[in-house]
Amino acid sequence: MVGKSTNRASQTSPCGHPPPLPASRLLQERKRPPSRLPYRINPALQRLPPRLLGASGTLLTRPAFAQETVKLGLLHSLSGNVAIAEASLVDAEKMAVEEINAAGGVLGRQIELIVEDCASDNSVFAEKARKLLERDKVAAIVGCYTSASRKAVLPALNRAKGLLFYPTYYEGLEQDKHVIYTSQEATQSVVAAVEWLAREKGKSFFLVGSDYIYPRTCNKIAKPTIARVGGKLVGEEYAPLGHTEFSSIINKIKAAKPDCIYSTVVGGSNVAFYKQLRAAGLDGTKQTLLSTVVSENEIEGIGKENAAGYYACMGYFQSLKNPKNERFVKAFKAKYGAGRVIGDPMQVAYNSVHLWARAATVAKSFDPEKVRDAAANIELDAPEGLVRVHATNQHVWKKVRVGRAMPDGQFDIVWESPNPIEPNPFPKL
Amino acid sequence: MSTEIVVMQVFNGVSLFTILLLMSIGLAIVFGLMGVINMAHGELMALGAYVTYLTAGAFSHYAPQWMDVYLFVAIPVAFVATGAFGWLLERGFVRHFYNRPLDTLLATWGLSLIFQQTYRSVFGPQEVSVPLPAWLSGAWEPFVGIQLPLNRLFIIGLTAVVTVGVVLLLTRTRWGLRVRAVTQNRPMSAAVGIDTNRIDAMTFALGAGLAGIAGCVFTMIGSTNPGTGQLYIVDAFIVVVFGGVQSLIGTALSGLAIAQSQTTLESVMSGSMARVTILVLVIVVLYFRPNGLFARKARS
Repeated sequence: MVGKSTNRASQTSPCGHPPPLPASRLLQERKRPPSRLPYRINPALQRLPPRLLGASGTLLTRPAFAQETVKLGLLHSLSGNVAIAEASLVDAEKMAVEEINAAGGVLGRQIELIVEDCASDNSVFAEKARKLLERDKVAAIVGCYTSASRKAVLPALNRAKGLLFYPTYYEGLEQDKHVIYTSQEATQSVVAAVEWLAREKGKSFFLVGSDYIYPRTCNKIAKPTIARVGGKLVGEEYAPLGHTEFSSIINKIKAAKPDCIYSTVVGGSNVAFYKQLRAAGLDGTKQTLLSTVVSENEIEGIGKENAAGYYACMGYFQSLKNPKNERFVKAFKAKYGAGRVIGDPMQVAYNSVHLWARAATVAKSFDPEKVRDAAANIELDAPEGLVRVHATNQHVWKKVRVGRAMPDGQFDIVWESPNPIEPNPFPKL
Repeated sequence: MSTEIVVMQVFNGVSLFTILLLMSIGLAIVFGLMGVINMAHGELMALGAYVTYLTAGAFSHYAPQWMDVYLFVAIPVAFVATGAFGWLLERGFVRHFYNRPLDTLLATWGLSLIFQQTYRSVFGPQEVSVPLPAWLSGAWEPFVGIQLPLNRLFIIGLTAVVTVGVVLLLTRTRWGLRVRAVTQNRPMSAAVGIDTNRIDAMTFALGAGLAGIAGCVFTMIGSTNPGTGQLYIVDAFIVVVFGGVQSLIGTALSGLAIAQSQTTLESVMSGSMARVTILVLVIVVLYFRPNGLFARKARS
């Protein structure tokens, strides 16, 4: 399912073999309207003999660049309400593609990106996935954020026998043969988080989450874990998605006096939740609040001063100290600005592109089924450390960490799992 | 449940009441008095929130020593900016849809989508963080175990000021008299020499400005992102419709009723169930009183 070269100029060029081009030139993005293509060539210029075009024209038309490209689809919401969390993933994925292209591409081919905006609408996800797979014939897709959007593209993947790399932490309970799940599923973070809390902070737990599948599944995993570590559950509350009024829940927390609050409140609600917690005097000194959904990106919106002192459990924190991560952070900031922060899903999105490239290299093919089979046991020295795709369940082995939010919006990593944790998408509870 | 928790829950009810009142008072004027179904009202709140964000940014950049009082500048700035924008909106857009309620509904809904995407393009899809002045963070502890968040106390006070101001404006000024005249009988008002177009524009601008204040205040308790307005618009409509369109006192009392029942229910059941219960109650009440709790008795 490899795309043919779309380079028409290559047939007409008089030159021999020009040197390969800077990788960025090959990053073709297709967004609506098509007239905004960054490298679109003026049709009048195209009719001119290449000799008259000069250096810049040569670059733009890529004459005699006989090398074929391989298409990779990025399927995310750049607009709509989920864009809050999802849009920045595309930046990380683009950076990974540039790195791969600069290093010579995959199997000798440069990656050609096709970016689709799904506008936070699950039916658009389905439609765009079909378009990427059937019309553009992409070799693989990296994309989706919410579980609902992932479920929406499964039929299209199934029909076209495509392959999706899904870069978001999620609740597990899925193992589709057309998907590689590159982030932590629920057991990987929840079990580690609860064990850490019980060991370090106290044994009574209050669970609070937004009212949908991810928090409820996480809490379903958390409860037997709390019992196993000898803890006590003193409360469990759910707020409707998008809720901004947490005062009643906060009063219930105050009444229950837990040692630990495990939060799976998501999205804009988090901003309200953290602000109101602090206003109500629950600033994390007497009780420990830990979330499995608040990364550096969310802290930007919550406000650094509001988030400071609360904990998060993630696979990756920007503050991780290792050479690979330091290079990654530096390159990202150089490309997108020093003010940008990198949260766990962005780093996983970046890894996903590399994992796909590595799997394709091992498979010596871009055929999605061969790539999927080759992906098993593939290892990647990622910014978060070593990750390895599981031999059978298409999820990844990875370390998880607990970090404490600092006033500068970064996390102070207070604990790290000694070994990568095995993914277990269908836990027996 | 201990006494402290009961006291704090009652306080939460009062706080939620003022928040609901603040978000629906602008809508009560635009929808209640003018009869314009403005689906973009939530986005006007978001505009107020973004104006606050910009004001805070300007303060921290140019006058960090005044950061503590930026809110007293941000509130009028949000009011004036959103009001002025509302005026433009009425003149350029909404007035073409008077007496076409269904078209207004669709057109303003489309407008709200345009606003959301504009915010997304200008401010980015991420939430922006609006700093809370130091003196507003934390809680006042009148008795041991009872913490009343300062920002909520501030919102209660501000809502009281705004509400009294609006009521005085509508009942004690000549302009308010004209507004009431136009909403009651447009042809007669025009006949006695009231410039109804001008009144329409100013009334809409007032409603928009109040949405701006609400948006400004909500940065203290909630999030500011391009979709923020959507969080508030439904609640605001429920409060206005439940209270009875055309009745400001109805809006206030319905806000109080909804807020107190919401917080009471939330202390005995989950947040989602409390919300479902409230919506069921609203539906039952509207079934028996289709014009809301405080419908104005008028000859039709």
